[in-house]
Amino acid sequence: MSKSEKTLHVSVWRGEGPQGRFETFRVPRQDNQTVLDVVSWIQQNTDPSLSYRYACRVGMCGSCAMMVNGQPRWTCRTHVSRVADGDRLQIGPLRNLPVIKDLAVDMDPFFEKWIKAGGAHRPSRSRTEPIMPVSPQEPGRVEANKAIECINCAVCYAACDTVAGNPDYLGPAALQRAWTLYNDVKIDDRQAALDRATAAGGCQNCHSQGSCTRFCPNELDPLSAIAGLKRAAAASYFKRRSE
Amino acid sequence: MQSMGFYMAQRLSAMVMAPLVLGHIAVMIYAIQGGLSTAEILERTRGSLSWFAFYGSFVVAVSIHAAIGLRMIATETLKLRGAALDLFTWAVMIVLLFMGARAVSAVTML
Amino acid sequence: MIRPHRKHPLWLAYAAHRVSGLGLALFLPAHFHVLSLAITRPKDLDTFLSFAEAPLVKLAEFGLVFLLAIHFFGGLRLLALEFLPWSGCQKNLAAATVAGAFLVSGLFFLRAI
Repeated sequence: MSKSEKTLHVSVWRGEGPQGRFETFRVPRQDNQTVLDVVSWIQQNTDPSLSYRYACRVGMCGSCAMMVNGQPRWTCRTHVSRVADGDRLQIGPLRNLPVIKDLAVDMDPFFEKWIKAGGAHRPSRSRTEPIMPVSPQEPGRVEANKAIECINCAVCYAACDTVAGNPDYLGPAALQRAWTLYNDVKIDDRQAALDRATAAGGCQNCHSQGSCTRFCPNELDPLSAIAGLKRAAAASYFKRRSE
Repeated sequence: MQSMGFYMAQRLSAMVMAPLVLGHIAVMIYAIQGGLSTAEILERTRGSLSWFAFYGSFVVAVSIHAAIGLRMIATETLKLRGAALDLFTWAVMIVLLFMGARAVSAVTML
Repeated sequence: MIRPHRKHPLWLAYAAHRVSGLGLALFLPAHFHVLSLAITRPKDLDTFLSFAEAPLVKLAEFGLVFLLAIHFFGGLRLLALEFLPWSGCQKNLAAATVAGAFLVSGLFFLRAI
């Protein structure tokens, strides 16, 4: 490795609210180094005022997602060697969400849409009733299981151009959650779950660009989940018309 | 912003048009290869109920489909919203239907 | 310059579908107008049809058929993707879209010239 390659030139977004610019830092390059390591190094050694968000550092909490060289990534599990452009790295706040400061975005719109899509659990039984047996082989359960590893990191939300063009669109994560609940045998009113996913801003706005599935760090497939919602919604549309 | 109604209309008009597009391409190849003049084209199409039904349904489907497609571009790229967006959608649909009906009647009616 | 988060086949298929759809929608009124000349001013239509023999116009026609083929196969792809339960074959479908568009428009082009 030549000497110049041992230093990373890192542009980091600085600023409060919508105003800001990229500021360049020099960071020593390591053999094993994640993007979050780079951000932490800058905050600990060069500029303590740099704001960013993380918690678990092992890809479970979903709080450290940022734009890395223009693509949304979970930074704690993204190795610099995999994403650096030579010795250059550009790190910005997640797309499609309002910036609070530097690399920290306001996640409220993301979680508000999760709730609007029916993401909160509505149990069909109370805790005094016996537990409902659920077969792992039941087709609805198999479908629902595909998405339960979502960690709410908002990488899919930041990748989606339909969210960018239409601020009311619920987005891939919330709709994938709606598809999971629609298939969950423990949910009483499946039609209500579908109605929430097809209201204003619902699954019908999706243009199948597939960036959600392309960038999901847990390798989930929101694109297919939304396609499932569209199929169910189309079937229900005809059923209601014929009633 | 798209409601379920627009979404379904977009998909259904697409399904109607799929076979019509293939038919239309076949007609174009036939017309160009034959080097047809106006008179020759009209001789084949005028007074024909099947040509009227074929291109009539094409015009209806394409007017719906194009109006909803342009609606999506108008709202996502040009940020048109609310009543202005609805007005735009229906205006495009009506203008296309009118112009299409004029074209079909010119070609298939005496 | 395509932004980094858009560099994958499905986004490019989306972009091709949107651009071709916009092109066709803008062409439609002109197409309808020319056809309606048949009843109002038949002489003008004949003038137009002979104008349509010019090589440059031929090339434009090829472009239109190309747009139609892209939009047609792109649309079939979307209908299959949305309404048929499918597995991980989305990229193959996207590739087949482009291939099919080339095939049909190429065939038309070869036969027309």
